[in-house]
Formats: sequence, C-alpha cells, structure tokens
Amino acid sequence: MSSIAQKKGFGATLWDYLTTVDHKKIAILYLITGGFFFIVGGIEAMLIRIQLLKPDNDFVAAGLYNEIITMHGTTMIFLAAMPLLFGFMNAAVPLQIGARDVAFPFLNSLGFWMFFFGGIFLNLSWFLGGAPDAGWTSYASLAISSPGHGIDFYALGLQISGGGTLIAGINFLVTIINMRAPGMTYMRMPLFTWTTFVASALILFAFPPLTVGLFLMIFDRMFGANFFDHTMGGNTIIWEHLFWIFGHPEVYILILPAFGIFSEIFSTFSRKRLFGYSAMVFATVLIGFLGFMVWAHHMFTTGMGATANAIFAVATMAIAVPTGVKIFNWLLTMWGGSIKFTTPMLYAVGFIPSFVAGGVTGVMQASAPLDYQLHDSYFIVAHFHYVIVGGVVLGLLAGLHYYWPLMFNTMLNEAMGKITFWLFFLGFHLTFFIQHFLGLLGMPRRVFTYGEDQGWDLFNAISSYGAIFMAAGVIVLVVNIVMTIAKNVPVGRDPWGDGRTLEWAIPQPVPFYNFKQIPLVRGLDTYWIEKQEGNVEGMTYAEPIGDIHMPNNSIIPFIMSLGLFVGAFGALYNGEQPWAIPVLGLGLIITFAAMATRSLKDDLGYHIHKEDLLNEKGGKH
Amino acid sequence: MDLNTKYTPHSWPDHPESATLEGKNKFLGFWLFLGGETVLFASLFATYLALKNRGPSGMEFTTQELFELPLVFIMTMLLLTSSLTSVYAMYHMKNYNFKAMQAWLAVTVLLGAAFLGFEIYEFYHYVHLGFTYDQSAFSSAFFTLVGTHGLHVLIGLGWITLLMLRNTKRGFNLYNAPKFYVASLYWHFIDVVWVFIFTVVYLMGVIG
Repeated sequence: MSSIAQKKGFGATLWDYLTTVDHKKIAILYLITGGFFFIVGGIEAMLIRIQLLKPDNDFVAAGLYNEIITMHGTTMIFLAAMPLLFGFMNAAVPLQIGARDVAFPFLNSLGFWMFFFGGIFLNLSWFLGGAPDAGWTSYASLAISSPGHGIDFYALGLQISGGGTLIAGINFLVTIINMRAPGMTYMRMPLFTWTTFVASALILFAFPPLTVGLFLMIFDRMFGANFFDHTMGGNTIIWEHLFWIFGHPEVYILILPAFGIFSEIFSTFSRKRLFGYSAMVFATVLIGFLGFMVWAHHMFTTGMGATANAIFAVATMAIAVPTGVKIFNWLLTMWGGSIKFTTPMLYAVGFIPSFVAGGVTGVMQASAPLDYQLHDSYFIVAHFHYVIVGGVVLGLLAGLHYYWPLMFNTMLNEAMGKITFWLFFLGFHLTFFIQHFLGLLGMPRRVFTYGEDQGWDLFNAISSYGAIFMAAGVIVLVVNIVMTIAKNVPVGRDPWGDGRTLEWAIPQPVPFYNFKQIPLVRGLDTYWIEKQEGNVEGMTYAEPIGDIHMPNNSIIPFIMSLGLFVGAFGALYNGEQPWAIPVLGLGLIITFAAMATRSLKDDLGYHIHKEDLLNEKGGKH
Repeated sequence: MDLNTKYTPHSWPDHPESATLEGKNKFLGFWLFLGGETVLFASLFATYLALKNRGPSGMEFTTQELFELPLVFIMTMLLLTSSLTSVYAMYHMKNYNFKAMQAWLAVTVLLGAAFLGFEIYEFYHYVHLGFTYDQSAFSSAFFTLVGTHGLHVLIGLGWITLLMLRNTKRGFNLYNAPKFYVASLYWHFIDVVWVFIFTVVYLMGVIG
C-alpha cells in the first residue's frame, strides 16, 4: 500500500523526496530540515552560555559573539520553529479535515524548497566571510554600516525563505476553506486546524511588510539606495516599523499552532471533549486580530510620544484576556478528566505554568513607563524565552512525541521521552528564571561579557549550568529518535488509544491518497463519536469507492528555488565582482524559465482506478 | 480532468473559472495572494510618504518640480482602458467566444505595453535630469514604489501573452479558464494600485 513499504534504492528515494508533492512526505522534509536547524541554533545557544559562564571570559571574541547571538535568534525563529510547525501542519491538517492533499500540492513543495535554500544561503555566511551581526531584528541603524556581507546574507536568505512561508500560508488557508470533508463545518474543525488557519492568515498579512523591509535593506546595501541613510534624507525608524509590523504577528504565528497542538493533547489525554470549544475558537481569532495592533510596544523607547505609547500599551494588555480564556479552558478540560500522563501530556501540563509566567512578564512590559526600565535588559531575554521556549518549543516537543506515530507508524520510547521532558523542563527554568533578576540587576542584553565587580557572576553561572540540562535533554531525544527508527516497531491505527479526530481514524501506514473514501463528519471529535458507537472502521463515508485524482510529482519547485539561491549570490556580490550581475541574471532566468515551463506544460495529474483500490493495488503506479 | 471534452456556448458553465475544484482553489488562492500584495504595496506607500521630498541638504528635486500631469494622465487613461478591455475578454470567456477573448486580451496587452513604454520614458527623463536611484531617499522611495508597480505590469504582460500563445490552437477548457481568469484578476489589481499611485504620488505631489 504505502510507498514507504516498497524497497527502493537510495537514488530513487532521494529523487522521490526532491520531486514529491505529497503533504506527508513534505512534512517529513520540514521535520528533518527544521530539526537540523534546531540543533544548529541550540549549539549557538550553548556557545553563548559558555561565553557568559564567568566574568571577563574570552571564549569567543566580541565580534563573533554578535554573529552567534544574531544567528541563534534568526535560526531558531525562521529556520527551526516555523518549519517544525509547518511539518506538523502538513502531517496533520489535511488528515484532520478529511482531505486527500492540500489545495496546491505543487506550491507546497515550492514553499519547502524556498525555505530550504533560504536557510542554507543564510548559514553559508559562516563560511563566506562572516555571519550577520546586527541582532535578529537587524535594526537599520546598525545594519547598514555593518562591514562584510553578513547582513546581505541575512536579507537575501530571509527573503527567499520568507517567500516560501507566504506560499505555505496561502496554501493552508485555501486548503482549510475549500477542502474540508462533508460535515466538517468550521465549528467542528479540530483546534489545531483552527490555529493553523488563523496563523496562516497572519502569515499572509504579516510577511509582506518583512518582504518590503528586506528589499529596502537589500537596495540600500547592495544597489545604492538611501532609505535608511539619514545624511541622504533616509530614516532608520522605517525599518523598525516594518520589521515589527511583521515581527509581532510572527510571535503569534509561532504560538497559535503550539496552542493548537496543546489543545489536541489536553483533550486526548484527559479523555474529554475540549472545554469551551467555541470560546477557544473565538479567543484564537481575537488573538490573531489583536496581534496586528500591538507592534509598536517593541518601540516604546524609540520616542513615538506618550499618546502612541499609551494606545499600544492598552492594546497589548488586552491580548492577555483571550490568552487567559485559553489557559482556563485547558485547566477545565483536565478538570474531572481521566488523565493519562504520557510524554505529550507532561509537556502540555508543564507548558501552562511556564507560559503563564512569560505572559505575566509580558503584561509588565506592556506598561510603557516600566518598559523604559526593562528595555534591552536580560528581563526581556527572560520574558521572550519563557513564551517561546515555554510555549513554542514545549509545543514542538509535545507535538513531536504526539504526532510521531501518525507520521512514521512507530512510537518514540515513552521512558526516554519523560527523561527528555524532565531534563529539558528543569534546565529551561534553571536557565531563564534567574535571567529576570539579572535584568532587574541591570545586565543589558547582547553584551559579550561583564566585569567581576558587577555582581552578575553567580546568576550567570546558574543560567549556564541550566543550559547544560536542556542540551542533555535534547541529546536523549536524539538517541530516542535513532533507537526508535532502528527498531521500527509498527503501532497501527490510533496508537494512543484515545484519538478523537479524523487523523487517528486512518489505517497505518497512511495510504498516499489518505482516504480511500472521503469521510462524512458527524460532529466535533468525529472519530470519538464513531468509536463510542462501536464503528470498527472508525469512519462513516460520504461517497462510494471511486477513482481518485492525484497530482504528479515535479522537480520544478526545486529548480525554481535553486534559481533564487543562485541569483542571491549575484545580488550579494554586486559592485564587487565582475560576475555578480550575470549571476543574478542567470538565477532569475532559471527561476522564470521554470515558472514558464510550469505555466506552459499541462499538469493534469493522474487517476488511481477504482479496481486498483478494491484489490489493494493502489500503491503501485 | 478531460481536456478533450467539447463544449458549446450552451453547455459551457456560467462560471468556468470555478467549475472544478482546482479552479475554485486557484480562484480563492489568488484572491488571498492579492490580499498579501495589497499589504506589500501599502508598506511601499507608507515608506514613500515618509521619505517624500527628503534628500541630502540642498536637494533641488521636489514632487512639484518633477512631475508633469499630462504625461501621467495619458498613462492613467491607457491603464484604465486596458482594465476595461480585460473585462471584455472575460465577458467573452463566459460566452465561450475564444477568438473575441483573445482579441480583447491582445488589446489589453498592447495598452499595457504602451503604458510601460511611457513609464520607461518617464524614468529615463528623471535620470537624465540627475534624479537617479541613489540621488536621495526620495528618489529611492519613488523608483521603488513606482518601479515595483511597473515590474508587476511587465510580469502581467508576459503572463497574459504566454497564456494566449499556449492556448491559441486549442481554445477553452476547464483547465485553462481559471488561468485566464486569475490573470485578469492580477491585471485589475495592477490597475487599482495605479489609481493609488496616481492619487498619492502624482496628484498629491503636484498639489504639495
């Protein structure tokens, strides 16, 4: 049945993955690439903590330290957290809504390859003259005068991978609006689908300002424009606005899908319907809306004036309300439930106090006068690591354990999973809790070292030791993954035993066409309903078995992205190397030729015939 | 989807662009894409307004001295008319009249190309005056905003031309109808953006 079961050579498998348009395989590609960048970003984090372990340390030089913190932030946000979330969205969302694939399988592949080449381009900066060094926010006042090509790698790399993200966002919006199975009304969609939907809408409206900001940076640094050069009439505050109009929704793009994963886990392992489902949906939409109204709270100290600061302060505090609604709904889902403490559930339970702590410090900073004290101190570092690690990363690790059997038909070891959780969870609090106090003691963020007489030695040492626990947790996780893959014990359908939604109702391994017959959805938690009624097939069908239309694989997305990757080198060396403009032209020609090929060549897909489905030959084509 | 299905004006669906699931997806996805494009242009407009007339001390270029409305008026008329002709093309697509659609699309492309010609002349003229891309923050913002629009026109022209050439011999089917339709949506969007450029850049520039 599954193409995974077929014995294939390495070359054939590689070609299969380069050309695949199957959302389940693209999910695996996102998971591998995102996981790789997560390790890279984690190593950068460890280097930061080693440097700050003791006062006046000379483990890394000041300039290299700037590159490490910049790449740590950029990698973790753009190349680790978002792709890993896209991995889970691709793996679960089409199955949750009863679809055979996403709306645009070709674009799904294009989105991945653009992200992939953008990420590789950005990280090549380490080997080609130095990484970006103006922080992940890359404020123009610093960035336009940064020597070398680091910032150019940042702007071009994020431009390419950002394009991929935008494509993926549009794809999920259309998929969720148009591809739902009969009976899957909006108010029956699982919470992970809902949060993916809202996060995709945020991507659609938040990424274009980043695109523009990055273009202005590219034109300023490589093509002689003057957007940010005040001697030529430019204004660096434009970058701050454009960046944060993107940057604030971005944190909701990250956290909302994590909320969705947790919602699934809470109700699955409390073995109860999610408490306050409609309130959860409303809160998700409201958070998405308010997320666009608060960007300037990152700029309280820029000098926008008291009125603007007051408006943005109040809007920011308002977000605490829908978020609070969510927290209470999760607690009440557990209340009276028959709770099973599996690894995903441990992460979910650990997430609540961690994220609430991050939320509370967020409301503190929303108060503009107090923010003048906290701005650019370690208090801020502590806050955003509490929401991003305590929210997003715990969500990713929970999702990894929860969806692993769905993606690979085998289960990560539970005992090792729990060891990972405790090492990571304790290490996380040990690392970041104390940073609140470092901030209150006056330690500024982004400094590469500090003096012995400043009273920050002990707290920094504690923080660095905490990071070792987190690293140990990740190492146990990697060992767990390797061992699980080596053993490869199949677990079959509904491995957790308490699956509630459609993705768990499909036989394992999931056929490449997902549903032999499109299901009829009869309520919220439709699989749970079917199980309660004793339906061993797990689904009621909306159609008889018939021919299934499938999209063709294609190498074009890979070539299109490769063209942009090649062209970016031309832009980067513009004015320095004679071959720069020809290479830029060559790259764009490759991309546009690939687009024209796609447009001119009909791609009608193919059909799996009813007879083949009936005699189980559906996998051979 | 079977490309060999023969339609008559009678059997041709009322909404050929959304008669298939692929068509529906394309239709919705493209509208969403245009939503993102709107935010992209909004960001460029905001940047332009912040940097309008800003330059190094002693800069002599201002919007009032630079812009000449008669030229921009001709460009506006060309582009607005091309939007109208693309509507005629879509009207004929719904009526299953392939030749008429191709003819109106050809008119659309010609009008768009004329617009682009004037725009290239305008840019050449400014550069000739010394108002180059790297002359000031104002010049960078102006050329980036208007040039991004011009690039959209160029892409639109290439796209519509390719579609016309590819389908010359085979006429309509439910596979290419959504393609024609979203190309015309794109063309309208370009037109709407130009209306804002005409107002915000040129009219407000001349008035001061």
